[in-house]
Amino acid sequence: MSIWEYANPVKFIRTTDLVLPWIAAAAVICLVGGLCWGFFFTPDDYRQGSTVKIFYIHVPAAMMAINAWAMMLIASLIWIVRRHHVSALAARAAAPVGATFTVIALATGALWGQPMWGTWWAWDPRLTSFLVLFLFYLGYMALWSAIENDDTAADLTSILCLVGSVFAILSRYAVLFWNQGLHQGASLSMDAEENVADVFWYPTLMCIAGFVLLFVALVFLRTQTEIRARRARALLTRERLT
Amino acid sequence: MIPDLGKYAFAVLTSYGLSLGLLFALVGVSVARARRVKAELAKIEQRLKHHG
Repeated sequence: MSIWEYANPVKFIRTTDLVLPWIAAAAVICLVGGLCWGFFFTPDDYRQGSTVKIFYIHVPAAMMAINAWAMMLIASLIWIVRRHHVSALAARAAAPVGATFTVIALATGALWGQPMWGTWWAWDPRLTSFLVLFLFYLGYMALWSAIENDDTAADLTSILCLVGSVFAILSRYAVLFWNQGLHQGASLSMDAEENVADVFWYPTLMCIAGFVLLFVALVFLRTQTEIRARRARALLTRERLT
Repeated sequence: MIPDLGKYAFAVLTSYGLSLGLLFALVGVSVARARRVKAELAKIEQRLKHHG
């Protein structure tokens, strides 16, 4: 069995139909469990007080905002190289999910920044590259909607995705590239000395799992929808011609 | 039941409210569109089947 079998729309829908309820249920369990754990059962941070509870939403949302773009990049490259329609439609399906995660990361970041930094916003390297990433998400979705021919839209949005990847990388590594600005470095690291305390780390892990599973579930569902919408357009065109 | 959030209550509660609202909206819109498109496709396929 090869992964390319799932480039067949029928096979993709049949397989994702089987796993979707389980992934969605796991996402709900992880998200509800992780957020309740973080909100109700973790102590305040000795410096940041109760604002540390924003961590359980802000960090997973920011991680997934970047990873969603990475997934779109891989799907776009598959489209460019192998011309599998399902991969182009999966990239299209992921964009609104990634954009929503980006809005959540930006909004919770602003709400957290105001009491901690004394400002809602700063033109800090990480914040600015994240804002530009959000604008790329908007541009990507607008370009898909603006072009009638699906293949042309997939071609052009794939190129846009490649260009936007620069900002996805900058969003992740801006703090390292430019050692300045208000935003701190990575909170979650393999280095135990840099990492957050376990009491904050475990609920965060659960929330990250929840966001990842939610992303996968939504991408599967939305890709199925895009496949069906594409087939409906093709049938309507055929009907008009006969 | 709600923990004492002190002077940061606005920031924390707004973050949770806004984020959960956006996530619910995203899921709602995705599910609604999935159902609508599936029904539309079934209708088109049914019509084409009848017309040969």
